[in-house]
Amino acid sequence: MLLEARGVHKAYGHVQVLHGVDFEAEAGQVTALIGDNGAGKSTLVKILSGALAPDAGELSLHDRRVRLTSPEHARSLGVETVYQDLALAPELGPAENVFAGRELLRPGLLGRLGVLDKKTMRARAQEAFTSMGTDVKDLDAAVAALSGGQRQSVAICRAVMWAKDLVFLDEPTAALGVRQTGKVLELVRRVADSGVGVVLISHNMTEVLEVADSVQVLRLGRRVAKLPARGTTVADLVGAMTGALDTPLTDARDDERTDQRAAR
Amino acid sequence: MSATTGGGAAAAGAPPPPAQTPRQDARPGVPSSSRPAWRRALASSPAYMAVVLLVLVAIFSLLAPDTFPTAANGRNVLTDVAVLLVMAVGTTYVLVAGGFDLSQGSVLVFSGVAAAKTMEALGGQGAGTVLVGVAVGLLAGTAWGAVNGLVITKLGVPALITTLGSTGAALGAAQLLSNGTDVRSVPDALISVAVQRPLTLSWLVWVAALVALVGGLVLATTRYGRHTQLIGSNAESARRAGIAVDRHTASLYVLNGALAGLAGLMSLTRFATTTISGHTTDGLQVITGVVLGGTSLFGGAGTVIGTVIGMFIPGVLNNGFVVLNVQAFWQQVAVGVVLVVAVYVDQLKRRRRNAA
Repeated sequence: MLLEARGVHKAYGHVQVLHGVDFEAEAGQVTALIGDNGAGKSTLVKILSGALAPDAGELSLHDRRVRLTSPEHARSLGVETVYQDLALAPELGPAENVFAGRELLRPGLLGRLGVLDKKTMRARAQEAFTSMGTDVKDLDAAVAALSGGQRQSVAICRAVMWAKDLVFLDEPTAALGVRQTGKVLELVRRVADSGVGVVLISHNMTEVLEVADSVQVLRLGRRVAKLPARGTTVADLVGAMTGALDTPLTDARDDERTDQRAAR
Repeated sequence: MSATTGGGAAAAGAPPPPAQTPRQDARPGVPSSSRPAWRRALASSPAYMAVVLLVLVAIFSLLAPDTFPTAANGRNVLTDVAVLLVMAVGTTYVLVAGGFDLSQGSVLVFSGVAAAKTMEALGGQGAGTVLVGVAVGLLAGTAWGAVNGLVITKLGVPALITTLGSTGAALGAAQLLSNGTDVRSVPDALISVAVQRPLTLSWLVWVAALVALVGGLVLATTRYGRHTQLIGSNAESARRAGIAVDRHTASLYVLNGALAGLAGLMSLTRFATTTISGHTTDGLQVITGVVLGGTSLFGGAGTVIGTVIGMFIPGVLNNGFVVLNVQAFWQQVAVGVVLVVAVYVDQLKRRRRNAA
């Protein structure tokens, strides 16, 4: 298992936000995390990406227990997060953004003087944008001049370039139109197909079922369902989110999927 | 890809088996750039301002063909601009990082007074005295820069207020040091530097050129420069990218203070006195020139070459009016108008870009 969380508890003052949540994400799969407002999604993601320490519970990466101390720590372990605000520098170009804080230096003396290797960074950014099939075309334009979907693509490509293992995407399509949403979802799928684990936080259930392999549902600080996307309907998800249907943890279906994967 | 079919959600939601998934590798025909580099450079603010500068030079040369376009007058303009340009290079960094520094004129005066007082106390007219004075001047400027940087980053006081405070404090401290009167006893060794003209230009011009060259290269080609841009463009994202934002920001104010100290020494060399009352508008003149050169007041964008051009516009206007016997006050009016127009044009471009 790529990422596993067991019994995660978190309280802000007297408000208990997470009551012993379990969560799993696997390599090469899109794992959707859904839940109503206040269900604890963002708190859980902050804990899983190192931005917040849990009160109790354990995390493991590659079946080894870890205690994440900061987002930088998580990143050093191959876990990247794309926040909803994207955290891009609008005045700079896509390549500059991809390499922000991780600039490559020229070899030799120039590099020791801190001189940037702009050519290589540009080429590698271009390669990433192309291989991920994004429509980021103009590497000279400032990010501010790109469309919302292109900006999202830059942020995702940046995360994927540096994530060896896992990428958290916080509502990547929330601000996008239909066409750009389609493009970003394609990108999400391609990222997972490249072998990286993707955790997709979303409100949009149609979208989740379109792109995810499995869906984990949070309600009132508990994980109330873990469903394979295949064969699940929007009604099932709404039921789990609102508690209308009390779905038991569907481990049976989970096993079935594992078998399917083994058979491939 | 399942995402594009967009049919029934449930049906499309299933991940397709690998055999049916066409691998979408490198998409052909993605152009790497839509405009050649020279076209982009021409569309930039420094290019516009370079044209404005050339037009100014042409106009003054036509109006005063015997006095304006001469080597001696060119040297005058260069020497006038040199002291301000040294400070403007530092201010370019501060503005690119989204900061602000008003205090340079006062820090210049303080550093000059500190250096002059030290040399006066040491006595002696030789190079040794001058070297100690130079070290003291640079240290004094650096110290004010460090105070600015720490107050802004550690105490979180806005840069405008912090440097407004140090503008008053540094000038007051300089007057306390000198009892309010200019220090006029400058060692002979320093005065002799002022009259030397290696390769026909004064040392002041060469120092300013070196500062601009190094400053321009560091900003445009190094990691330090890139981090400066990233911080100014989006400080939060720079922080998340692992850049030590506070330390970097503080270092920029230290650098700016040190350059103001250097400018103080240059001014002392040029005038052989501390000129305490002559620098009250230096800070604003510097910011004006930097902004004219296309550096954004909102951070994230700016070049030293732009700053060089931007500093020469007020310099040439001033000199041209003097040569034409126009009252020099017109220069202030003209620079004010040019500044507002330049920022307006910049805003228009920004709005058009953001609308696209």
